[in-house]
Amino acid sequence: MSKFQKKNAKAKQEVPTTAMPDIVFMLLIFFMVTTVLREVTLQVRVELTRAENIEKIEQKRLVSYIYIGPRIIGNNMYGETRVQIDDALIDELVFIRRIMYDKLLEQPRLIVSLRVDRESEMGIVTDVQQELRQAGTLQINYSTRRLQ
Amino acid sequence: MFGKKKVRRGAEIPSSSLADIAFLLLVFFLVVTTIDVDTGIGLVLPPPPDDTTPPPPIRERNLMKILVNNQGMVLINGQPTAVNDVRERVVNFVDNANRANDPDMSVSPQAAIVSIQTARQTPYEVYINMLDEVRGAYAELRDASSMAMFGMRYERYRATLASPADDVIRQMYPMNVSIAEPDPGN
Repeated sequence: MSKFQKKNAKAKQEVPTTAMPDIVFMLLIFFMVTTVLREVTLQVRVELTRAENIEKIEQKRLVSYIYIGPRIIGNNMYGETRVQIDDALIDELVFIRRIMYDKLLEQPRLIVSLRVDRESEMGIVTDVQQELRQAGTLQINYSTRRLQ
Repeated sequence: MFGKKKVRRGAEIPSSSLADIAFLLLVFFLVVTTIDVDTGIGLVLPPPPDDTTPPPPIRERNLMKILVNNQGMVLINGQPTAVNDVRERVVNFVDNANRANDPDMSVSPQAAIVSIQTARQTPYEVYINMLDEVRGAYAELRDASSMAMFGMRYERYRATLASPADDVIRQMYPMNVSIAEPDPGN
């Protein structure tokens, strides 16, 4: 009757792996649901500015993007400042009104996120804003990164 | 001739590789997912101008005019100002109660309107910095009064609220920023 008798290990010493596929599937489904695939190829350069007092956009589903910046020609060459919505460059700024109005009908709580290159001038930004006012999409957001 | 095909026993789909396939998909989505938060400066544009209804009257002293010119130089109510001083100017202007009711400054924080006007050639970056400064000034004011009333910073106070309508601090310091039509300029 020794006190230090070894406990006999009757239970199997293996981690059960039968539930592993289930766990993996759960993770998989989580990531599939959260993934937002990038659907636009940028044709303009957008280097965002930085700011300190910024807020998060909570509902990403409501957001529609407008890109403003110098057109990418290639080999680090940039053309004149252009506006891009979804996948297309906008030739006439007046078209923005129609496009954004259609989007507003689909999503009445639309937030327009302006992703403007830091070296742009205010002229084109205000022109776009005037079109947005005409379209009735009044909720806008200047996309900026957090200042480090 | 019409021999019945042999019934194979145990014709199950092998499921041992199921986990591998799931893992592959998992890794793909892990790599593709970007959980980046979109951050920015929110703003509500005014509705399109209407010729039939005149704009509401605004008392001159409640309006702070910030002008930014082509070179990114700043003029506040006619005085040239350095970008670094803008925040302090806005704080003093909005929170006039602390300053013995200066007749050139806003009657009350609720009445204060900050207007930002740019020229067409103003760099976008300067404009964003200016908006940032104005928001910073309001954040400062809200933090200060939140500390005085509830003993916590404004962000934390807001997290305790059940609905945004209960936000006393926001009612005290509503942010009225007006984006004026730009100077057509040259």
